[in-house]
Amino acid sequence: MKDILLPVAHVFALVMMVFAATMLAPLVMAVWGLDPALSSFVISAVATFVLGALLWLATRRFKRELKTRDGLTLVALTWVALPAVAGFPLWHYLPINFTDAYFEAASGLTTTGGTVLSGLEFLPRSINLWRHLLSWLGGMGIIVLAVAILPMLGVGGMQIYRAEMPGPMKDSKLTPRIGQTAKLLWAVYAGLTATCIVCLKLTGMNWFDAVCHGFSALSLGGFSVYDASIGHFNSLAIEMVLTLFQILAALNFATHYLAWSQRGVTAYFRDAEAKAVLGVLVLSCIGVALFLFFKGTYPDFPTALRHATFNLVSIAVDGGLHTQDYSRWPIFAPMWMIFLSCIVASSGSTGGGIKMIRTLVLAKQAHREMNQLVHPNMVRPLKVGGTVIANRVVFAVLAFVFLYFMSIVTLIFLQLASGLDFMTSLSSILACINNAGPGLGLVGPGSNYGTLNNFQTWVCSAAMLLGRLEVFTILVLFTPTLWRK
Amino acid sequence: MKIIILGAGQVGRTAAYHLSREEANDVTVIDVNDEILRDLQDRLDIRTVLGNASSPRILEAAGIASTDILVALTNSDEVNMLACHIAWTLYRTPKKIARVRSADYTERDRLFGENALSVDVWISPEQLVTEYVARLIRYPGALQVVDFADGRVRLVGIRARQGGPLVGEALKTLRAHVPSADARVAAIYRAGKSVKPDGDTVIEDGDEVFFLAARDDIRTVMKELRREERPARRVVIAGGGNIGFRLASELEDKNQVKLIERDHRRARRVSELLNRTIVLHGDAADEELLVEENIDSTDVFAALTNSEEANILSAMLAKRLGARKVMALINKPSYAELIESGSIDVAISPQTVTIGSLLAHVRRGDVVRVHSLRRGAAEALEVVVHGDADSSKVIGRRIEDIVLPEGTTLGAVVRGEDVIIAHHDTTVQPDDHLILFLTDRRHIDAVEKLFQGSASFL
Repeated sequence: MKDILLPVAHVFALVMMVFAATMLAPLVMAVWGLDPALSSFVISAVATFVLGALLWLATRRFKRELKTRDGLTLVALTWVALPAVAGFPLWHYLPINFTDAYFEAASGLTTTGGTVLSGLEFLPRSINLWRHLLSWLGGMGIIVLAVAILPMLGVGGMQIYRAEMPGPMKDSKLTPRIGQTAKLLWAVYAGLTATCIVCLKLTGMNWFDAVCHGFSALSLGGFSVYDASIGHFNSLAIEMVLTLFQILAALNFATHYLAWSQRGVTAYFRDAEAKAVLGVLVLSCIGVALFLFFKGTYPDFPTALRHATFNLVSIAVDGGLHTQDYSRWPIFAPMWMIFLSCIVASSGSTGGGIKMIRTLVLAKQAHREMNQLVHPNMVRPLKVGGTVIANRVVFAVLAFVFLYFMSIVTLIFLQLASGLDFMTSLSSILACINNAGPGLGLVGPGSNYGTLNNFQTWVCSAAMLLGRLEVFTILVLFTPTLWRK
Repeated sequence: MKIIILGAGQVGRTAAYHLSREEANDVTVIDVNDEILRDLQDRLDIRTVLGNASSPRILEAAGIASTDILVALTNSDEVNMLACHIAWTLYRTPKKIARVRSADYTERDRLFGENALSVDVWISPEQLVTEYVARLIRYPGALQVVDFADGRVRLVGIRARQGGPLVGEALKTLRAHVPSADARVAAIYRAGKSVKPDGDTVIEDGDEVFFLAARDDIRTVMKELRREERPARRVVIAGGGNIGFRLASELEDKNQVKLIERDHRRARRVSELLNRTIVLHGDAADEELLVEENIDSTDVFAALTNSEEANILSAMLAKRLGARKVMALINKPSYAELIESGSIDVAISPQTVTIGSLLAHVRRGDVVRVHSLRRGAAEALEVVVHGDADSSKVIGRRIEDIVLPEGTTLGAVVRGEDVIIAHHDTTVQPDDHLILFLTDRRHIDAVEKLFQGSASFL
């Protein structure tokens, strides 16, 4: 165990030092705004850097090239440990306990967006910036960022990249070098974020709100600086901008890169996953809007369409921003939204859940099985968007979906055992494991996760990490073979 | 540099490994076997594309449009040549290198060129390996012999042994030992570690010494490092494949060559093509056959079959039965390490021999020749310096004034027809060919920069 952990800890120390640098952003914000959280950020940044440096020095003699299993361990270790580091300034400044601070930071890093805090508009700006920055960093992946800026990760970089990037087929790289691929993805991500921020500013937000919500939109985080989330602005233009950018963030960033490098939109039409995402979203928005209109939730259809579109898209792509307390809508609508949150986001996007590509693979596989019953001698490869999917991938998808489902069931039972009601248990676990954000019941958009007790909060934190790293990376830590020599 | 490698066979994989570990290269490998590609992708930081190597669609997917070098290394000569031609015709790829094994093609120069097949450089690994083995046989005692400046300068790797007059002496006495010849010791490896050679370094028994000398002086210098061995006359070759056959035909005029081939029909075919070689049908690991053919009086036994395990075993057997010197062709670098410390004298690694000719084309600056040494850890290269005293960091300077990166030795200068062994007061002139030895190829970047000259003058 020692032989695996120590070399990994050496690299993790580097990640920590890089991470300490990201704390400079809220620190500068705090200096500039003269806000009271300054000392918390100074202490945190220094402590993180010093701890990282000490760990780096202490493990220096264990330095070696990372192997496959080290990549997994590194990613899992990073994601489990970083929320504690990232939550430190929150815990230090706010009157919350460690459990809640860890939850809040994990919710940011995993881009879940569920919060335990209320009175968000009264928090110092530096604290809010930090929450949103966490979302933004976690969106494309901290380790992918590290791969992009630390050249020494080299070959091991591919293993790490695979452990962190969502989706079943991760062997296709944009460029031969993994470091370059990571840089390109981050560049596309940063470019889209900047565009979104400018658009938000133009539609009436102030710069601070625009930056925070731009981070939220592209990372599909879901944090807001207002308790009422986007409902606070009550602006159709802002809602349209955010809807657009959240949909963009739910598509594969490799497709964005292709479209950008070819200066055209054909890349989107060739991406079977993107077409499915858009199709499902359009049909669902219209359907739910009609449903809300006929149920009389909203007096006229345009209003119903406006609210259905924003809230449905935001939850379905695992963002989590909202304008309405949709938990008060007739139960069909919010349940449908939560169901969509399980499947809609694309692989290679910043969203969570089982991803659209896996849904497509499974649907095609089911279809193939049925055809096989009718034509027992039929030979038919499984194709998605014209590309043949290897059986190996299909099996991996099946195993993933099984583990994902079992994780959900287990965690829901844990919540029920702790005394939570059914609706809250179900929706909190689904919302956390899909990194969507608000659930229904006690954790609905009208209230937040602050009502849960410590045990329940930890269960939710675990769900978020499982979901962000697509179950395998976390669960593999518990397989004895990983630790055997 | 953006490089596409076609074919993930042994040579392709080695090329991918060597090229991708240099930070500046972006390597994409195309092959039809997805399992090999997956395995390769796991171990190297490269991109892989599955498909037919000569298909324009696949080449496009691999990014041929912006590629600098196409290296075609598939099993088929025809696919390699076609792929190069396609790359040039459709995408104007600047440099195309193809592996062409069949002498049928390579003998005809007009086949390659402007209005013919657009292959800039063809390499034939079998030919390279054959030449390499032939050189080793010509210099008994040498571990490695490589050519520079069309063979006028050679770099020789040799294990120093008690009995050589220079062993136990400081390097500066070399001049006194061999007044007629001039040589420069480029590197010394003691127990696997590089020792920086300067005038006071004392050569010890067992050191691996690399020296540069003009072709005619090599034997003289070798004599100083180990007792002279009589030249090889009787050679036994195991394996009548491409390499074995070529070697036999190259050696048969001056040596007494026997060739053992297991396959009856192949043996028959080889015997038809060779004139003086005695072709034997049988197993190279058959003790009785070897004894019957006087293995105990054989000077060199070279095991060159396709199977490296068979090569190792038959070479060990031949050594035990009394062959003076045994060589084995080995693909896996790890085996090579293993056996050179055992009873086999020389391990021949075809990839290391081949990779050098590829590396020469990816080096920046005017690099004419590269030889990969010590299984890729060290490198020897021949660089042409261009420009004048202002634009170049080396021209017009004495060698002692040139700041070379760590572990780099400047061994010789080839000026026109003359070979000048480098001394501290030699002055570098424009268009000189410099021969450098790098004990650690990780410094290659610094070396390239040094000889590229400043960009503003180019």
